[in-house]
Amino acid sequence: MSTRLEKPIFEYSVPGRCAEDQWPRDPGAAATEDLPASLRRTGRPLLPEVSELETVRHFTRLSQLNFSIDTHFYPLGSCTMKYNPKACNSLAMLPQFLARHPLSPESAGQGFLACLYELQEMLKAVTGMQAVALSPMAGAQGEFAGVAMIRAYHRARGDLERNEIIVPEAAHGTNPATATMCGCVVREVPVDPEGDVDLEALKAVVGPKTAGIMLTNPSTLGVFERRIEEVARTVHAAGGLLYYDGANLNAILGKVRPGDMGFDVIHVNLHKTFSTPHGGGGPGAGPVGVSARLAPFLPVPLVGRRGEQYVWLTERDLPQSIGRLSGFMGNAGVLLRAYIYMRMLGREGMGKVSEYATLNANYLLARLQRAGFDAAYPNRRATHELIITLKRQAKELGVTTMDFAKRLLDHGMHAPTTYFPLLVPECLLIEPTETESKAALDAFVAAMAEILAEAAQEPERVTGAPHTMPVRRLDDVRAAKHLDLTWKPTASHATPTTPATPASP
Amino acid sequence: MSQVPADLKYTKTHEWLRTLPDGTVEVGITDHAQHALGDLVFVEVPEAGRKLSAGDPFAVVESVKAASDVYSPLAGEVVIGNPALAAEPEAINSDAYGKGWLMRLRPAAGAPAPALLGAADYEKLIAEEGG
Repeated sequence: MSTRLEKPIFEYSVPGRCAEDQWPRDPGAAATEDLPASLRRTGRPLLPEVSELETVRHFTRLSQLNFSIDTHFYPLGSCTMKYNPKACNSLAMLPQFLARHPLSPESAGQGFLACLYELQEMLKAVTGMQAVALSPMAGAQGEFAGVAMIRAYHRARGDLERNEIIVPEAAHGTNPATATMCGCVVREVPVDPEGDVDLEALKAVVGPKTAGIMLTNPSTLGVFERRIEEVARTVHAAGGLLYYDGANLNAILGKVRPGDMGFDVIHVNLHKTFSTPHGGGGPGAGPVGVSARLAPFLPVPLVGRRGEQYVWLTERDLPQSIGRLSGFMGNAGVLLRAYIYMRMLGREGMGKVSEYATLNANYLLARLQRAGFDAAYPNRRATHELIITLKRQAKELGVTTMDFAKRLLDHGMHAPTTYFPLLVPECLLIEPTETESKAALDAFVAAMAEILAEAAQEPERVTGAPHTMPVRRLDDVRAAKHLDLTWKPTASHATPTTPATPASP
Repeated sequence: MSQVPADLKYTKTHEWLRTLPDGTVEVGITDHAQHALGDLVFVEVPEAGRKLSAGDPFAVVESVKAASDVYSPLAGEVVIGNPALAAEPEAINSDAYGKGWLMRLRPAAGAPAPALLGAADYEKLIAEEGG
């Protein structure tokens, strides 16, 4: 990784410098004749004036400032930053996929539709749900679709009072926001000291207003919810439905199915479990799976099969659908990547994903405990991720979780998730994923042990970290309160007012 | 060590209460809570006139680490949310029991007395939590 900060491209600008062969062809005056004169630009826009090589070097250097899974250990808990095999990308980029127009007739896209149909079928098989819709564009939209279907189901039955969504403390952090977005009232339920849902508290809040419960299993506390069947019975008996947040599906893939645990609806983060682009804002995909009673409400379009033909199923086929969540078929290219990944894994490979993901996490937990760190739930086995708490170190050494996280950067490792879940003070949520080797895990433990020793002997090395990054400790408070992302020209970058030079023909 | 003024009442969820001479109740988050949250960057306070049941979330406090709901210890009606916090959320960090108050509440008549903690019991609670 580069350790030199890269300046904005504007600061490389020299008047008159350009990369002429990259210019767009001059469309001439015809391009603007439909625009009212008052809306036409009279001066030139302020653009950086740089050569092609300078541009390439600038953006290449910027890219080298990144931490990424292709370059660094990236154990960001709750996020499943696993390695994405390159084959998923190269096959999804086949020109026949890229050139397909979303409005092309079904008969001209049978191969594409077949892939999506099979993806629906594979997701049904691996989650134990009865029907799947692929179109939600991200995990958040998948959650929205799930709760919108729960509401539509109650409404269709004339059960209009059900507007409460129960969210255990150990649920994924986005769940309360989703419930609120769908017009529901959030009822929080605590967990017991061992990390399971407090059943007595759950029984006290369920009732005729319960629309459903949003759960993650394993939970955000890095433990499996052991009494899930009793939770399901309690909520179902009260007339509510169970929503499974797929955030932690990597822990159970090919082993246990949410449908078999009693869940009615699930969203799957393809970017976590099924190896599609992740981080940096996507593009994402958050397919939803449902039990039979929610199937009529799925978002459209779905891919159906009539005889040997694959067809789009739309509002005509699902008149009770909650509607469309995206233009066309969601993020089609992302869906293809997940399809290819699942085909490469196969049924046996799915089980190996969760075996190695949980083995790696439990190995890390055991090694970190031996290195002097405290597990947040020492009596529990880890899932695909684990939580340690640095509460003791913070008190005894004055070195916090954030200090450890920053110092890890100096060791060439992306920090785990910090201060989440909120229930555990001074915590690190660590998710190594199945794609890391034992050597990579050992290197992480060694780095943590070294930082711990340093915290005792020379704490200012830790509290002052990072030391080797292009920038030192950032001022989080100032960044949150005075966010400023706009580059402003200085006098030497005065806005040019001369008309644009006509490009050569 | 967190400050726990002896003349206030507390909740298990780290709110404090001060009964004012006019019978209204001032509510904020404790010094222990602000310390756990870290530097606050955004605070949402309730509008006057909002009716609250005991246990309802009435404010949101957001730090660089986390966003958290703050719960009303009493049923009643909001008299005023602290208008200064929008521009100066850090007042909660620097003066949790003074300038950092979140709302003033007129308790509902006849509401059952809530289970509040005295200073000694609250100190015991945060000591158990490792504060």
